[in-house]
Amino acid sequence: MAKKYICKVCGYVHTGDKAPAVCPQCQQTNCFEPEKSKGLDTNSNVYTIIYATIVVVIVAVLLAVISQVLSPRQEANKRLDVQKQILTALNVDYSQADPAALYDEYVKEEEWDGKPVFYATIDNTNYTVLPLKGQGLWGGIWGYIALEDDLNTVYGINFGHESETPGLGAEIVTEKFRSQFFGKHIKDGEGNLRSIAVLKEGKRADEGQEQVDAVSGATITSTGVNDMLLNSLDEYKDFLEQIPAAGVEELLNDNEEED
Amino acid sequence: MALSKKTKEAFLGPLNINNPVLVQILGICSALAVTVQLKPALVMGISVTIIVALSNVVVSLIRNSIPARIRIIIQLVVVAALVTIVSEVLKAFAYDVAMQLSVYLGLIITNCILMGRLEAFAMSNNVFDSLLDGLGNGFGYAWILVVVAFVRELFGAGTLLGYQIIPQSWYVANGGFYENCGMMLMPAMALILVGCIIWAHRAINDKEAK
Repeated sequence: MAKKYICKVCGYVHTGDKAPAVCPQCQQTNCFEPEKSKGLDTNSNVYTIIYATIVVVIVAVLLAVISQVLSPRQEANKRLDVQKQILTALNVDYSQADPAALYDEYVKEEEWDGKPVFYATIDNTNYTVLPLKGQGLWGGIWGYIALEDDLNTVYGINFGHESETPGLGAEIVTEKFRSQFFGKHIKDGEGNLRSIAVLKEGKRADEGQEQVDAVSGATITSTGVNDMLLNSLDEYKDFLEQIPAAGVEELLNDNEEED
Repeated sequence: MALSKKTKEAFLGPLNINNPVLVQILGICSALAVTVQLKPALVMGISVTIIVALSNVVVSLIRNSIPARIRIIIQLVVVAALVTIVSEVLKAFAYDVAMQLSVYLGLIITNCILMGRLEAFAMSNNVFDSLLDGLGNGFGYAWILVVVAFVRELFGAGTLLGYQIIPQSWYVANGGFYENCGMMLMPAMALILVGCIIWAHRAINDKEAK
């Protein structure tokens, strides 16, 4: 497409692919510049404001539509993820089966004092799963702890994190770290809730409290796990410290009737 | 189809001679954060490549209509919108990947390579060249990340992509002679490694230039 070039000195208009080196009218050299299009002035205030408004509206509508369209799928994924985490805490291998179906088969969602309690029955053995929530180094950490029917012995545990450092804090999700908790007790000899301490190698927990090794190099995340266990279990203190003769299930049922 | 020299340069330049990390020293912040292990480094490299290429294309398409005074804001809006859309789509169709990426998606928006390429290249070049420039810079960034993460994971944890590479029997704990280098896991080591790569890169390319 041929372009138009205007001589800055005399205003001569040249039509062609390239600007001529010398202006045929005034004999100046290097005096041509491309003709400016007569379109919109993209530097005017009005144009800038209208442009910004249009861009914002387009992006806002786009994001809103995408979010609306995708949110049912996202919610389903989130729910499935929680179910998988609870199954992992219960040491259920769901890799060969449909996790949602396994979850429905094993787990009942109950409430105690307005807080969620997951009650599971696997091979005629009952487990109680409690949610954990805390803070790591960079963001939130969470987990699910599965207790045996004495509400004392840890059967399984699972951790998740938002953004802990790979190779350091993120190691809390590994089997190596989690398996340390298996078989540990969250109460002392007298039945008082003590939680489980996460301590650096070589340190000793207080009398009556059991402990696991922290992840080396991830002190703040490990302390976060320690505090998360302490605080989250403490919210269920009254629930955990009483054990009715007929088992945990009765406790949950009683609670329902009171409501 | 013969590509013009400039088009080739747009793709090949950032891989070596004009590498965004080694020469322009951009994107160092995220290079530190994700290179402890190989897997997040790979994922981050791929994500940045996709986002740089896409945002380069979008900005190049609208480059003539963007008002000069608010161009940086418009570029940022394009990048942020793209990253948000990608993360929403991932959450709906590949939830596991989205969970692993959650940290990095935020890092991508603030990655200096993106803004650098949009401002320096996409604003003044056509769509095809901008796409190649985005891909080139993405790969240029990714290979540095992968090299650094390879070294850090191998010597820091004895694994690659989570698989044990250094035999267990070598370790002092099992009666061997070897121990993992804890220093490799520290962020400072990423800078030292990038420094070493820059050193080698300069030594080789300066010779060529002479």
